[in-house]
Amino acid sequence: MKILVCISNVPDTTSKINFTDGDTKFDTNGVQFVINPNDEFGLTRAMWFKEKQGATVHVVSVGGPTIDPTIRKALAIGADEAIRINAEPTDGFFVAQQLAEVVKNGDYNLVIAGRESIDYNGGMVPGILAALLDMNFVNTCISLEIDGENATAQREIDGGKETLSTSLPLVIGGQKGLVQESDLKIPNMRGIMMARQKKLTVVEPVDALNATQETKFEKPAAKGAVKLVDASNVDELISLLHNEAKVI
Amino acid sequence: MATEEKELLRGGQFLVKETKCEDVFTLEDLTEEHKMMRDSTKEFVDRELWAHWERFEKKDYAYTEETMRKAGELGLLSIAVPQAYGGMGMGFVSTMLVCDYISGATGSFSTAFGAHTGIGTMPITLYGTEEQKQKYVPKLASGEWFGAYCLTEPGAGSDANSGKTKAVLSEDGKHYSISGQKMWISNAGFCSVFIVFARIEDDKNITGFIVENDPSNGITLGDEEKKLGIHSSSTRQVFFNETKVPVENMLSTRGNGFKIAMNALNVGRIKLAAACLDAQRRVIGEATNYANERLQFKTPIMNFGAIKAKIANMATNCYAGESASYRAAKNIEDRIALREAAGNTHQEAELKGVEEYAIECSILKVAVSEDVQNCTDEGIQIFGGMGFSADTPMESAWRDARISRIYEGTNEINRMLAVGMLVKKAMKGHVDLLGPATAVGEELMGIPSFDAPDFSELFAEEKDLIKRLKKVFLMVAGSAVQKFGPELENHQQLMLSASDILIEIYMAESTILRTEKNVKRSSEDAQAIQIAMSKLYLYTAVDTIVQKGKEAVVSFAEGDEQRMMLMGLKRFTKYTNQPNVVALRTQIADKVAADNGYTFS
Repeated sequence: MKILVCISNVPDTTSKINFTDGDTKFDTNGVQFVINPNDEFGLTRAMWFKEKQGATVHVVSVGGPTIDPTIRKALAIGADEAIRINAEPTDGFFVAQQLAEVVKNGDYNLVIAGRESIDYNGGMVPGILAALLDMNFVNTCISLEIDGENATAQREIDGGKETLSTSLPLVIGGQKGLVQESDLKIPNMRGIMMARQKKLTVVEPVDALNATQETKFEKPAAKGAVKLVDASNVDELISLLHNEAKVI
Repeated sequence: MATEEKELLRGGQFLVKETKCEDVFTLEDLTEEHKMMRDSTKEFVDRELWAHWERFEKKDYAYTEETMRKAGELGLLSIAVPQAYGGMGMGFVSTMLVCDYISGATGSFSTAFGAHTGIGTMPITLYGTEEQKQKYVPKLASGEWFGAYCLTEPGAGSDANSGKTKAVLSEDGKHYSISGQKMWISNAGFCSVFIVFARIEDDKNITGFIVENDPSNGITLGDEEKKLGIHSSSTRQVFFNETKVPVENMLSTRGNGFKIAMNALNVGRIKLAAACLDAQRRVIGEATNYANERLQFKTPIMNFGAIKAKIANMATNCYAGESASYRAAKNIEDRIALREAAGNTHQEAELKGVEEYAIECSILKVAVSEDVQNCTDEGIQIFGGMGFSADTPMESAWRDARISRIYEGTNEINRMLAVGMLVKKAMKGHVDLLGPATAVGEELMGIPSFDAPDFSELFAEEKDLIKRLKKVFLMVAGSAVQKFGPELENHQQLMLSASDILIEIYMAESTILRTEKNVKRSSEDAQAIQIAMSKLYLYTAVDTIVQKGKEAVVSFAEGDEQRMMLMGLKRFTKYTNQPNVVALRTQIADKVAADNGYTFS
């Protein structure tokens, strides 16, 4: 089994979000970047397939040289090789086209992407990728077992879960459940040392179109202070809800 | 080699030679690999230690052992161990980084970690025979076995060479029989190997032995000690009753134990300094978060100047500690590389490399252990009544920090060592203190320059001040050596004052050099807060130096000599432009408050 894990380089969840250039660009100044959590669940599951079923695991990411530390972390966790597509990931359609090219050239029979990245939350890449490759696709995947060419996957659905059987080649949009948070691997020191010797191939992007263009970002309005109303003062509460909060 | 191209200062030479900012290593110079190691360590600490902080407070020794094994699985115990013995063979900076970030959750774990990787393992990697290293080090590096270091005895604490534990050679000459009592032994409860120091016959110096922990071989443990802090660090007495140790388990040669003990401690000292850093970052983060959220008089208490002053001082000291610790760490790493390139074995190179900077190791141990103490103390103060409650992490942080001023040589011993070693180096001609001290003496007799210096460039005045502060030390120490000669070490209060001057110089200079280096590769705007911290640190350093300088001078000089030296002290510590420290503190605290924690590394 040859697995490709698609990794997105995203701001750490504790980052302060600001915008520059007239609110059209995300301000990366002082922001710590990490492997997109949904991708990390997928990568950890891929490492399980490597350990238990002898799979080969490659990782791929779209971005400039600044994302190399994130890619190296995936190598330190245990991926065998990495590919960086040397382009800014401008939108989901663009990224999916770039990834599709790598999958076609790499003979992968399982592609694990995160359900969505936690920065722009587009949630499009795995779906578009499966369509471009004409592969089977399971989104919001919370469990995956592979037996030869057959795959059994579970998907999160409203109020429950759905079990599907499908076959390779397969694209999944993974999330928590593929593995649990406690299963996530901390790169060990030997892994970190070995990561520098592992192959990180940089490929140039193919011509591809953007489907969308960012024109403006807006932050949610700042929350006002909480007003405490005495329990006996129902009139004031009603007045506030009616006149200020305008909910009744 | 790059390390040969630049001039590498010898230990203690910082005092008499100018260091360029390009030649100091800073936390901003970490490689991608360093950062990955740091991040892994942080992840481990957050997930396995901080998340279970209460277990450490409830004396869950088994959990300390369990997490130590997990640290072993991650390779955190083998950073400094050569690859030939199952380790990572990484450089000294990497070792320091792990010690630093492992300290972020609880002193219990960082003590267990330090005792095992430092004094529990290093004596074998540094002094062991090939057979000893092959036998013990891989298991210690992986965390299969743990090590403990048995030096202290009820009657032998700071006077470590006075231990009464005996080692008697058997008639057939095949083994030693060790008997004696060791106390304050960290990791005793779960270790497999003891490094034991004992005296053979009436030798002047003690001898080191590797002793496997086998209860059937006359080894018994006392109960767990009841301690102020580091509650889950297993600390017990170890009794040896005719414990048989094969002769091949002697470490190094007969009578070399005291040297092993001291050299192991040199390494331990600088690592301990590192292990007081992330504890400070954590406390600053917690205290800032509390101050941002705690409302009194209808406003977050962070808005009060009284709180801002504390936060600014805490952040500044932490920044200074980082600056000096990593500066010295890289010096050691480079010195080791130089010695290896010159044909030394790694073992010899590492020993000599660390020994070279023993002065800096002592300086750092004192300075950073006192910073963490002050930091946790102010942390409690910011939390107010809540800080006194064991339900908040301030209380345990404060108790845990206290031991750092005691172990690895008390701060008093280390203060005296720093000055004592420097004087010895000068006597041996390794560092030329005499020339510069004579020049300072001449300067004191001469007429001071009344030229108005140009201090328009960044740090021009601060760097000029650092030069003059060095003259204060040379003046005080130079005159004291002249006066007392080898008897100087008996004038402990004078030694302590001189040491404080030395410490403040090293810390302040390291801080300024770090910031200057970073300004050169970014901008003054980008480093505005770091500039403020560097200025604030220097200001308080000058205050300390004035006070300690006076104490020292008056203790041994009288009449005209005293007057001349006090005038010199005034001249050497004078600011042309007094910094507005209130504004500096406010600027620093506002940034820490906005970031809700310490974000300068």
